[in-house]
Amino acid sequence: MAVSGIIDTVLLAAAGAFVLFAIVLVYRIVAGPTMQDRVIAVNGIGTNAVVVLALLAAALDQPGFLDVALVYGMLNFLMSIAISKFTVERGGVI
Amino acid sequence: MTPVELVAILLVVAGTFFGLVAVVGIVRLPDLYTRAHATSKSDTLGIILTLGGVALVLGADVSVAKTVILGIFLFVTNPTAAHAITRAAYDQDITPWMRGDGRHAIDESAGPVAGNDTGQPTTGNDAPQSPAGNDAAQSAEGDQ
Repeated sequence: MAVSGIIDTVLLAAAGAFVLFAIVLVYRIVAGPTMQDRVIAVNGIGTNAVVVLALLAAALDQPGFLDVALVYGMLNFLMSIAISKFTVERGGVI
Repeated sequence: MTPVELVAILLVVAGTFFGLVAVVGIVRLPDLYTRAHATSKSDTLGIILTLGGVALVLGADVSVAKTVILGIFLFVTNPTAAHAITRAAYDQDITPWMRGDGRHAIDESAGPVAGNDTGQPTTGNDAPQSPAGNDAAQSAEGDQ
């Protein structure tokens, strides 16, 4: 695939922006009053990580990152569902 | 630069903007439920736009199929996860933020609406004060 330089630059800049957003979301993990706030922030960080992996797969021309992104997205969803179920049925795991 | 590349750049920039909107919503909104709203709508739209741009950049390949599958998967699961967490919080009797009663319905001594980040006393484990919380919320709402 012939990718010109400006597209690489834009994709890498977007990846850097999403990494910055994930760092900002750490504030909600630290300061979130309830446990569910923290779970939502962790879920958002995982989603940002998936997007960063997809952007890097396109920018660095490494299609293997897309497989990593798929598995990471599935594990991220499983984490949220599992914590929600344990919170309702057993009073929390964190 | 071909028009396809231009459209890809526009999609990635728009997706980054909506990712920024989602992050601002999660950090700034006053309540768990509103934060879940931000992460389930704005973040999903940002993901879809960004992955669309990535798929356009990748061209005709099997990677495009993986990107589309990833986008569909996140489009389904991200609001589902936010909904599950929010429903768990509602079952744990975390009362929603209401207008005019400070930060939280139970915390009567909380400060003004903006700039109070710590006043949410009902954590997940000391749950059983839902009726009192709802009564306080409704009385506070009636006082306006």
